[in-house]
Amino acid sequence: MNVLTEAATEKALVKKMNEINYKMVGQDVSVYYGDKRALFDVNLGVRDNTVTALIGPSGCGKSTFLRCLNRMNDTIQSAKVTGRITLDGQDIHDPSIDVVELRARVGMVFQKPNPFPKSIYENVAYGPRIHGLARSKPDMDQIVESSLQKAGLWNEVKDRLNEAGTGLSGGQQQRLCIARAVAVSPEVILMDEPCSALDPIATARVEELIHELRANYSIVIVTHSMQQAARVSQRTAMFHLGHLVEEDDTDKMFTNPNDQRTQDYIMGRFG
Amino acid sequence: MTDMAVETTGKATMAGDARTRKRHAAERRFRLMGQLAVAIGVLALLGLLASILSNGLSSFRQTYITLEIYLDPGVLDKQGTRDPADIAKITTFGYAPLIKGSLVKVMQDRGVGGEADADMAVALISKEAPAILRNYVLADPSQIGETVEFNLLASGRIDGYYKGRVSMASAELDRNTSPEQLRFADELKEAGILVTRFNWDFFTAPDASDTRPEAAGLGVAILGSAYMMLIVLVLSLPIGVAASIYLEEFAPRNRFTDLIEVNIANLAAVPSIVFGILGLAVFINIVGLPQSAPVVGGLVLTLMTLPTIIIATRAALKAVPPSIRDAALGVGASRMQSVFHHVLPLAMPGILTGTIIGLAQALGETAPLLLIGMVAFVRDYPAAPPEGFFDPASALPVQVYNWTQRGDPAFVERASGAIIVLLVFLLVMNLVAVILRRRFERRW
Repeated sequence: MNVLTEAATEKALVKKMNEINYKMVGQDVSVYYGDKRALFDVNLGVRDNTVTALIGPSGCGKSTFLRCLNRMNDTIQSAKVTGRITLDGQDIHDPSIDVVELRARVGMVFQKPNPFPKSIYENVAYGPRIHGLARSKPDMDQIVESSLQKAGLWNEVKDRLNEAGTGLSGGQQQRLCIARAVAVSPEVILMDEPCSALDPIATARVEELIHELRANYSIVIVTHSMQQAARVSQRTAMFHLGHLVEEDDTDKMFTNPNDQRTQDYIMGRFG
Repeated sequence: MTDMAVETTGKATMAGDARTRKRHAAERRFRLMGQLAVAIGVLALLGLLASILSNGLSSFRQTYITLEIYLDPGVLDKQGTRDPADIAKITTFGYAPLIKGSLVKVMQDRGVGGEADADMAVALISKEAPAILRNYVLADPSQIGETVEFNLLASGRIDGYYKGRVSMASAELDRNTSPEQLRFADELKEAGILVTRFNWDFFTAPDASDTRPEAAGLGVAILGSAYMMLIVLVLSLPIGVAASIYLEEFAPRNRFTDLIEVNIANLAAVPSIVFGILGLAVFINIVGLPQSAPVVGGLVLTLMTLPTIIIATRAALKAVPPSIRDAALGVGASRMQSVFHHVLPLAMPGILTGTIIGLAQALGETAPLLLIGMVAFVRDYPAAPPEGFFDPASALPVQVYNWTQRGDPAFVERASGAIIVLLVFLLVMNLVAVILRRRFERRW
């Protein structure tokens, strides 16, 4: 019965995939940490210029899936990823793909703000510098300014670009990290619970920012806050125990989910 | 009954409660024990410093006798050719009469003693003096026939007399000196001919034989130690840091790297003399490097220092938060870029501290150097590097060990003086480590 429904949804998904513009698509993605399997054959697409929220209780594999999308799991030696993940139709595990190039196209913002212990300017300029995106100093100034502007931080820091990035407040640090990710002109931005270490005001600021960024980027955000998922995302994917429970329009997910588990989780009955 | 129980639990939050009192007493006891432990440590350190300083500080002052000496051509260059080869034929014995003559002249001027006392007077002056004269003349033969003023070392006993080591009473019993000699020395001191002043020679002169402690210096030992430290630094820093970075950041975790890790930890605990045996067997017997050479000492000390540096460097790398690596990788830096641009600079203070502590350990290491022949009596300065790395040399701690073996009590002072020099070097190195750490330290 279960197998049947899964097969049916998969079929439906494949059909849908052909109609919609997907930026990234994961097919049968499984992740193993040593002997432990953390993700079970997940099929999930990330749409162009859309915010996709990944929700689910702790340990359900949503961060693991997120980290597959820019191959951050490569840094964990015991981790093994199977299945196929494509970016614009190209397999990101293809030997011809340079993982560094991939991460420049698929940027990441982490749970805890982690600016480099350098100046604000250097924090933003680092990415463009190693990728050779700026040909001159004015070029670089331009990139730094526009990135900080996109992250909504420019007005707060424009007079102290040479001060340490670690001296900013938590919310500012997180927006600096977003500016840093934006500076290398990625196509997709992955956010792993970007607001979990922030206060409500800083959270609101970052959420607003996510709204603005959506115009130019595909965004995947992992969040523990139902309200946040409802506020910022257009698509929501529910994970449970390493399985993708379902994925649908956020409005539908929060009003009329297909799966009982989603219903229970959203209602706060577990998790 | 119930009321009483309520009352006791109510009291549990009060200061007068038995359990609270017990806890406070335990805390006081622990604080006291800690203070006691610190006090014992400080006392031990003070005792050590006091004994070394009281024994050794006097080695930085030395008694000299200023004499005008006529470099008699009739003695030094009988043919009158000024041919260096001929002059070199005159041994130090030929120079002794010149010093004696000059002293006798001083005595006559002052009306002290007679011709018979001349031998007693000559014994005031170090046996090293004729050699100093000879070196002077060989360096510049044109000075023959001139009268030149020399600052000659006083003998160890006379020097000891002015440092309180020798007294009239002890001189009575001493074969090497006599009360008359000391009285004559006092007279010379009053005349300003005999002076005690700062002893630069202690830092520059080479070692001297058992009978002339006044001439013994640390020159060769300091050079040898400096050469070895140079070799250790140049070899162990890059090798150690490269190995640590690879092991910590790039190497896969498997049984082989585990084995390497265990071995590094064990190597750090291997007694240093074992490294000396290794150096003797491998570097001298198999590779055929010369004995007593700084290059062998440097290599042995490098092997000894490597585990220290690797362990310190790995700890420093581990202390860099993983979020920094993630951040760098997240903007598309390669593993190497993330390590070299972000992790390594943040780990630098720890690495430098570890390196300097490793170097300081190596500087004070004696046992392995004994085995590779650095305990030899070396009077010739090693040449400038790189050739000098292969010349025989001594090392500071070995020189200390060497001097403590000598019979003359003047060497006790020398050994303590050498320890002070060694301690100052160590102190400076540790200070540099602290300063570097302060300078590079960053918050995140």
